[in-house]
Amino acid sequence: MKIVGLSGSIVGSKTRTAMDNTIKLIKEKYPNAEITLIDLADYNVQFSDGRNYLEYEGDTGFVTKTIMEADAIIIGTPIFQASIPATLKNIFDLLPVNAFRDKVVSMLVTAGSSKHYLIAEQQLKPILAYMKAQIVQTYVFIEEKDFHRKEIVNDDVLFRIERLVEDTVVLTETYTNIREAKEEEYDF
Amino acid sequence: MKKYRIDQSKGLEFGIYTLGDHLPDPHTGKRISAEQRIHEIIELAKLAEQAGVDFFSVGESHQDYFATQAHSVVLAAIAQATRKIKIGSSSTIISTSDPVRVYEDFSTIDLISNGRAEIVAGRASRIGLYELLGYNVRDYEALFEEKFDLLLKINEEDVINWNGEFRAPLNNAEILPRPKNGSLPIWRAVGGTPASAMKAGYAGVPMMLATLGGPASIFKNTIDAYRDAAKGNGFEPATLPVGTTGFLYAAESTQEAMKEMYPYINEGMKRTNGQGFPKQAFAQAADKRNVINVGSPQEIIEKILYQHELFGHQRYLAQMDFGGMPFDKLAQNIELIGTEILPAIKKYTAKK
Repeated sequence: MKIVGLSGSIVGSKTRTAMDNTIKLIKEKYPNAEITLIDLADYNVQFSDGRNYLEYEGDTGFVTKTIMEADAIIIGTPIFQASIPATLKNIFDLLPVNAFRDKVVSMLVTAGSSKHYLIAEQQLKPILAYMKAQIVQTYVFIEEKDFHRKEIVNDDVLFRIERLVEDTVVLTETYTNIREAKEEEYDF
Repeated sequence: MKKYRIDQSKGLEFGIYTLGDHLPDPHTGKRISAEQRIHEIIELAKLAEQAGVDFFSVGESHQDYFATQAHSVVLAAIAQATRKIKIGSSSTIISTSDPVRVYEDFSTIDLISNGRAEIVAGRASRIGLYELLGYNVRDYEALFEEKFDLLLKINEEDVINWNGEFRAPLNNAEILPRPKNGSLPIWRAVGGTPASAMKAGYAGVPMMLATLGGPASIFKNTIDAYRDAAKGNGFEPATLPVGTTGFLYAAESTQEAMKEMYPYINEGMKRTNGQGFPKQAFAQAADKRNVINVGSPQEIIEKILYQHELFGHQRYLAQMDFGGMPFDKLAQNIELIGTEILPAIKKYTAKK
């Protein structure tokens, strides 16, 4: 199973801290999973210009191809101006319309205010659904007060991340099994 | 229709087209040389002619896994290797070419072939060639419209006076040689949406419509939009040919045909497009209402006749060599087309 962690912002540290915790958990619990963390802060990604994702070069090509090869994607995102950051939206714009077909996508959200709680529900999930993702419905919402000096200090958040990781892996296995069983039935 | 060399009393025209893709055979992982691929395309055109196929065309794609970037050169070789089959492009990317050079090439092919050449002009579905050939993809729309207009003008007029944005002006220019019968059939390639088809209709030019998958009925909407736009702009739709293009693969039974075709479509799409063809969607190709012509010869005949009833089109172009399909399979398909499919199609679609 190929899992990609996508940290969707190029500023701040909270989303990356949460993603690091997530990756660490996956490595402990699922040592056979092939896991890649893409922190957009580490890459120089160009804006989408409408070409096929295979035609991008450099960092942009690496990011699009790595995401397209994944079985599961865990997106970590902060909330900027009551929405997802432009850097994350650009990743969606770089990919084909059906990019998440046969992929499981889960989310964790960091935000400065609890008032941002429904933004993932109302703005991120519709994009993922449009791109044909199997969405892990429950996401982890993490607030400013849950962090201290680049550590997560709220055990409840850590437990919720653990459940998010389990759900992502279990649903990926499940949907893969369902698809393979269905494809077995076809006589071609 | 005469202007476009189409005689409806002979029924729906049946053609074969290739994009010139050059992919490994998914069963062996091996890829033939570009040299062999080009020779096999020329050989395929000869077999098509022997089977009574009406039209054969070659496309240009400037990217990995393709071998006919210089498609007009391949067409010239086909012109020399055949005697009566009509030949053309599928398509010529006019946006990134000089219409003067394209016209010179194709009217020369027309003379070599004794009046059999046609142009299908398109915009490219992949955009890497804009950078390769020195164009800005932001001019995607404007490049196509200007250059396509110029191509049509060259076809209609012996002496050209023209000014535009993307090419030096032409002052009393004669574009030579002229084709055998004064003009070439020039089609506009359309990618499936009604909006794009309407542009072909407004200009009153023949439309070649790509139908990659899905129900045939959605393409009827596009064809209706084309004819309505033509009519609204003062053209008589009955004088404008419509062609459709799509996958075809025939075998003894539908099961066998689907089994043999699927790995080529799936792996080929993965390499050229980055995503495979979902099995669930391919399974629906067995339905008569689906536009992919895969099945036994009898089922393919029924599908094409159903499409003809819906579309009232004048030409159907089949793509069967995609994804590294080995030549012996192509030869078998041509055999089935010539002996079973073509005679039935012609019989039932000839206009009395």
